[in-house]
Amino acid sequence: MEQKTKIHAEDGRQELTVTRIFELPVDLLFQAYTDAAIVAEWMGTKVLKLENKAHGGYQFETTDPKGNIHRFNGVIHEIVPNEKITRTFQMEGTPFPVQLEFLEFESIDADNSKLTMHIVYKSGEWRDKMLQMPFAFGINMAHNRLQEIVDELR
Amino acid sequence: MELRRDVFQAIADPTRRAILTLVALQAMTPTAIAENFDSSRQTISKHIQILTECELLRQEQTGREIYYYINAKKMKEVADFIEPFRKMWDDRFNKLESIMKQRKSKNA
Repeated sequence: MEQKTKIHAEDGRQELTVTRIFELPVDLLFQAYTDAAIVAEWMGTKVLKLENKAHGGYQFETTDPKGNIHRFNGVIHEIVPNEKITRTFQMEGTPFPVQLEFLEFESIDADNSKLTMHIVYKSGEWRDKMLQMPFAFGINMAHNRLQEIVDELR
Repeated sequence: MELRRDVFQAIADPTRRAILTLVALQAMTPTAIAENFDSSRQTISKHIQILTECELLRQEQTGREIYYYINAKKMKEVADFIEPFRKMWDDRFNKLESIMKQRKSKNA
């Protein structure tokens, strides 16, 4: 089965690309990034601030199962409705440096669209640390990974 | 990290990914692998050599024939590195998609 979300991360590079095809018109996909209530719902976070304009800022807040509060923020550099958002992203209170994100929204047809997230990190080492974060947090990976990668290769 | 670099380069090539897929299904001789491709036997041998060098394939001699097997442990290592990150985004995007689909049908 073709995986809907793909990660392209070449080794030794300080960037990666996340791509995803959605069964949604591009305007709805874009709205999911600019409507604070919707962002809160799918990102599983509180949206403290979301200013959808050049030089606008955003700040999210999540509470982990132990009750610790984590905040994330960034600045929006460029925003073109249904086309692109260029922004920074930083995790507050962590040594992780700021990262630069280029989000591109493309319409495939009336009902389908594609998102390309190009993320640039301070260095290749920081990128790899970020990649390993979900693994370190112990996301439940009960399924057979070999089967999955073999499926992906098909 | 040196070996890992090789692994990612190895799986970046579509022919090598196709070879891994074939061998994942059953152990194969180099001749049997080459029969699945239009490329020359020599080209396929080179790809097999790269996959073996970065331990994605391992070889075993059976009589006069050499068979190639997939190295599940190494494959798992490659998958482990990226997969949880991919899964995290996939879960989020699935949620985004279902939320927006609901809104779409409500407004329709």
